[in-house]
Amino acid sequence: MNKERRVRILVAKPGLDGHDRGARIIARTYRDAGFEVVYSGLHQTPEEVVQAAIQEDVDMIGLSSLAGAHLYLLPRVVELLREKNADDIVVCGGGIFPQEDIPKLKDAGIKEVFTPGTPLTEIVDWVRKNVSPRG
Amino acid sequence: MFNKKSLEDVATEEKQWQKLFKDYTLKAPERLKRFSTVSDKAIKNIYTPLDVEDLDYPKEIAFPGEYPFTRGVQPTMYRGKLWTMRMFAGLGSAKDTNERFHLLVNEGQTGLSTAFDMPTLMGYDTDSPRSRGECGKCGVAIDSLKDMEILFDGLPIDKITTSMTINPAASILWAMYIAMAEKRGINRRIIGGTIQNDMLKEFIAQKTFMCPPKPSMRLITDTVEFGTNEVPRWNTISISGYHIREAGSTAVQELAFTLADGIAYVDAALERGLDIDAFAPRLSFFFNSHLDFFEEIAKFRAARRMWARIMKERFKAKDERSLWLRFHTQTAGCSLTAQQPYNNVIRTSLQALAAVLGGTQSLHTNSLDEVLAIPTEEAATIALRTQQIIAEESGVANTIDPLGGSFFVERLTRDMEEEAFEYIKKIDDMGGMVAAIERNYPQMEIADAAYKYQLQIDSQEKTVVGVNKYISEEDIPVEVLQIDEELEEKQIKWTNEVKNKRDNNRVKEALEKLGEACQGDDNLMPVIIETVKEYATEQEITDIFRDVFGIYRDPGVY
Repeated sequence: MNKERRVRILVAKPGLDGHDRGARIIARTYRDAGFEVVYSGLHQTPEEVVQAAIQEDVDMIGLSSLAGAHLYLLPRVVELLREKNADDIVVCGGGIFPQEDIPKLKDAGIKEVFTPGTPLTEIVDWVRKNVSPRG
Repeated sequence: MFNKKSLEDVATEEKQWQKLFKDYTLKAPERLKRFSTVSDKAIKNIYTPLDVEDLDYPKEIAFPGEYPFTRGVQPTMYRGKLWTMRMFAGLGSAKDTNERFHLLVNEGQTGLSTAFDMPTLMGYDTDSPRSRGECGKCGVAIDSLKDMEILFDGLPIDKITTSMTINPAASILWAMYIAMAEKRGINRRIIGGTIQNDMLKEFIAQKTFMCPPKPSMRLITDTVEFGTNEVPRWNTISISGYHIREAGSTAVQELAFTLADGIAYVDAALERGLDIDAFAPRLSFFFNSHLDFFEEIAKFRAARRMWARIMKERFKAKDERSLWLRFHTQTAGCSLTAQQPYNNVIRTSLQALAAVLGGTQSLHTNSLDEVLAIPTEEAATIALRTQQIIAEESGVANTIDPLGGSFFVERLTRDMEEEAFEYIKKIDDMGGMVAAIERNYPQMEIADAAYKYQLQIDSQEKTVVGVNKYISEEDIPVEVLQIDEELEEKQIKWTNEVKNKRDNNRVKEALEKLGEACQGDDNLMPVIIETVKEYATEQEITDIFRDVFGIYRDPGVY
């Protein structure tokens, strides 16, 4: 494990959903916690997200989705990472997900899912525990 | 309002009372170090005539229906007619939403309000690769006029008004509505309703965009001009603070940025050569009703007074209707919690009450499950009943502006007006709202406020019941509405059928004509209406807009 480098995170908004309040708060939170942050901006296709993640050489992708298209968009990002042999990048999701969708997302390779009301400190702690710079 | 002698008496007594208060708190301290609104405005322990000592009743408050309309725009307010109960609805296919509309009308709803799915909002057809997974998820999917015809089938659109929450593609969806009405033999001069059509707040907060700010302003001004001349009962812009607040702004920011957007639209229409009093009466507003009860009531009262003053003093409007700030309200979606979802009914009730005490013209109350998915019929009915209980059981609609004259509410109203005018001055100094948006100014102000509020929740400085306090271990399950996963495929197939049946030569001609019109300066509405009547799809039209006007991309600032 490379101890020199800080954890790099891509915060991304896949799909057409414009709700970016959460994503922007999370981006600031990660930055203030000492991670390196890249924010994709809105309206990215899964292909664009994966391309940015590889280009920016990130260790984790945080996907934000609040308009109901998560069951397509989030697994699609994981699938594309696999195709590009970049599935050592940790993927987690945040947003509005009905309870019964959460196991489906995890089965599809989303490592953790954060729903509204999760304290920011809990999210940062999770990243510290589960994500380290890729070798 | 107060004479000097009585103010002196109040001052003496208040001094004594504050000492008494302090003595009590030495024994038992106040429960908080600092009392503040949800927007973090500090609130004192008591408000007295001293807080509004120079209050000028005729100038600042006056009577309902009288300038500056602090107490309401109509003389009779809810004594004459209750607010319009307008529940935002849209799900799945046009047929699904048509069924929901019929249900709501049968349950006593008095106006329709349409939610579109993300592809429709962003100007993409269902078969676009960018639309994958989104069809019908957060509203109804509309690809062509055929869908619009099904959506309003059997509904009395000559009697009931329809609101459509649509922005980048507003001109197209409005054209479809007009075309649908005319195909049913209803004249465009008779139909009434609202298109949101407020792109400035999209760049600031809601973030459905298509073209850059300047061409977006051209499209909007085309609709304002066309409405003024051809569809006189239509509100062509709903200048919206709702989404600004949902994005995390304070109440003052919501107020200031919304009115600054309004100023920009008026400026654009005046530049087009329209007479202020010809179009200003059709401008309408849309606000959020958030958690802080009194702050919200003060915001609505301040908004009416500010807009009246802006229209009269800044724009020299003469028709009284130009001075009216008429507004729709939606309770705050962002205040709802997935945890203990039944608590959302109570939150929504309080927010709805604030909107009514603030004098709203129409209201949407959120359903308890709206934080999880599109509401079920049962949840939507409870939300509608909430309004009916406030209207017909609580007695709050018996008198007009019942909180007018409250020292606290009048002081808050005045403070919010002052603080919002300071923001408007800053935006004026930047060269207006379009320039301010290009500098990301409102976007960053909101991001700062949103981040601060989140940190206050995390540190428990602000309470969210069921989330950072009074947490239950057990989850109360609620039924969540599911959207048919096969809908996407069905909708694509259906639109392909529409494309096969239409006269494709005529579609091609209409689209070419539209492309040429976009290059010129003539109003685009007549040619958009002609194009949709040929069953051109939404994206066939937006592709032309993107091609001619360019594409706006999120600057991605945080």
